[in-house]
Amino acid sequence: MSAIYKRELRSFFINPIGYVYIGIFLTISSLICTYTTIQQKTYSTSSFFTMLIMSFVVLIPLLTMRLFSEERKLKTEQMLLTAPVSITGMVFGKYLAALTVFASTLLFSCINFFPLYSLGIEESAATDYSYYHVGPVTSEIVGRLIGVFLIGAAIIAIGMFVSSLTENQLSAAVISIAVILVMVGMGILNSIGSDSDGTRFIDNYAIRAIIDWVSIFSRFGNFSNGIFDFAALFYYLSLTGIFIFLTVRVYDRRRWA
Amino acid sequence: MIKVSHLVKNYGKNCAVDDISFEIQKGEIVGLLGPNGAGKSTTMNVLTGYLSSTAGSVEISGIDILDNPLEAKKLIGYLPEQPPLYLDMTVEEYLIFAFNLKNCTLNREKHLDEICEVVKIKNVYKRLIKNLSKGYRQRVGIAQALIGNPAVIIFDEPTIGLDPKQIIEIRNLIRNLGSEHTVILSTHILQEVQAVCDRIIIINKGKIVADEKTENITRAVTQNRRFTVKICGPSREVLPMLKTKQGIVYAEMLAERDGDACTYMIESDVGIDIRKSLFYTLSERNWPLIGLEALGMSLEDIFITIVDTTSSPIMRKNKEGKIKLKGAKQSKSMYDTENELARNIIENTAKTQKEATLAEENEDNDEDNDDDENSKSDNQK
Repeated sequence: MSAIYKRELRSFFINPIGYVYIGIFLTISSLICTYTTIQQKTYSTSSFFTMLIMSFVVLIPLLTMRLFSEERKLKTEQMLLTAPVSITGMVFGKYLAALTVFASTLLFSCINFFPLYSLGIEESAATDYSYYHVGPVTSEIVGRLIGVFLIGAAIIAIGMFVSSLTENQLSAAVISIAVILVMVGMGILNSIGSDSDGTRFIDNYAIRAIIDWVSIFSRFGNFSNGIFDFAALFYYLSLTGIFIFLTVRVYDRRRWA
Repeated sequence: MIKVSHLVKNYGKNCAVDDISFEIQKGEIVGLLGPNGAGKSTTMNVLTGYLSSTAGSVEISGIDILDNPLEAKKLIGYLPEQPPLYLDMTVEEYLIFAFNLKNCTLNREKHLDEICEVVKIKNVYKRLIKNLSKGYRQRVGIAQALIGNPAVIIFDEPTIGLDPKQIIEIRNLIRNLGSEHTVILSTHILQEVQAVCDRIIIINKGKIVADEKTENITRAVTQNRRFTVKICGPSREVLPMLKTKQGIVYAEMLAERDGDACTYMIESDVGIDIRKSLFYTLSERNWPLIGLEALGMSLEDIFITIVDTTSSPIMRKNKEGKIKLKGAKQSKSMYDTENELARNIIENTAKTQKEATLAEENEDNDEDNDDDENSKSDNQK
């Protein structure tokens, strides 16, 4: 499995796709950060992370489209499946490679917060308010980062599953964009409007409750309050696990067909 | 070393491999032949664990490939029809990747060095695989199959795309491998099979139709029974003489003329060397013999005949356009020799396979009887 992991990681940087992904991610994240925090004159990063998750809809399929489609096209999966590696090992190796690239880019994009911190320090030095905190709240940021990482991990699993279904990288990318869009879009539609105004997009309370349970966004809320929500953690981990399992099944089925 | 029992593989409704059984001992080089679509690649894919069989079992050195795939796959090196190459890696990176993938414990530098020497890819070692020619890609594929010195090496058309010099070198390589490893080779080039393999298995329409040692087939094929002779003399008299001569079972006049000599093709009876007596007979009648050439059968002819016989409908037209009924008695024609040989081979194979199945059943019965006896004795206790 580690051989496959290393090879996949290396291939992200031999082909242009790794650099393209990192470049676009950093650009978009810094644009969103500037727009939602400094321009709105606030230290609150909640809308930054929300918009970042929405950008994953298009970004992460870029990362995952190559994972399995290329293997099928070049018939190199024959080499992997006749080697003494289990199918689960092969799927995990590739998944971890994509996850590593995603996680390191996410970590690197934290330099976006340095301006906020330095502004916070300047402002608190200038105004001399000692009774409330000026500047970005670190626990919120860390909590949300973890939440975003988990959401990203789940979406990578979905993208990997879709790419194992097709030979064509472009179809893999487009179909995963569609699937993730549906998931994220449902969550957003669910929270449009408010009860008091009577302008809820989805009127039926039962449907809203169900979508709430399933949706990715609703569980994100707890992370932003700095609470390490185990239920949400298990939700994201099991979502990831389901799609990794499904990918393994796709290959297993092909053997038996 | 490799034991395949009653292997069946269906792709949906289409039966690609229909009850194949064979056993290969350590150190044998086996050639797998067959027309297109016969089931060779499918058999190889099932052997290596890429596909699973619908029924039947495959055992590599006693380890079932479905029960314990990781252990079994460690013993196999496989070169598929299309070499599985990553185009964006260099040869060096690719071989190191294959080395790590197979969890090889040998000294990496030395091992890869040896393999590159043997397969002669040292001069392209640092080149991207994308930029290699087909022949070099094929060689890299062969190198990949050899990594780890696996006990069983399976090649699917290894010499396709290579230049003639390399083809000879790869054949020598396979012959040398055969001393320590078990090799299964699938190919369409019959001279290769004759040159390299100890044993030939012919598959047609998913069934094994021939399973013979190469030397047996070659010996039968090269017996001197057929000759072209050029005789000066009136064909009206020469031909009947040839036909009625003792020891000649078939004579036919061919269209070539050489001066005033006509060319005839004759076939002698089994075990008789007709050349001397023919010379003496002709010199008695004063008909100079100006040419005598032995015609062997080729392995191609045998192969085609075996395939035709086992896949044919009842009525077939032979090469002369006469309709030949299967099994019908016919005057001896030159194609009968091939037919006979082919039929012998097919019958021998069918017999050995039946014996093997019977032996298995007897074993099972014996085991059952043993179990019964054991349980009886236990009960008594």
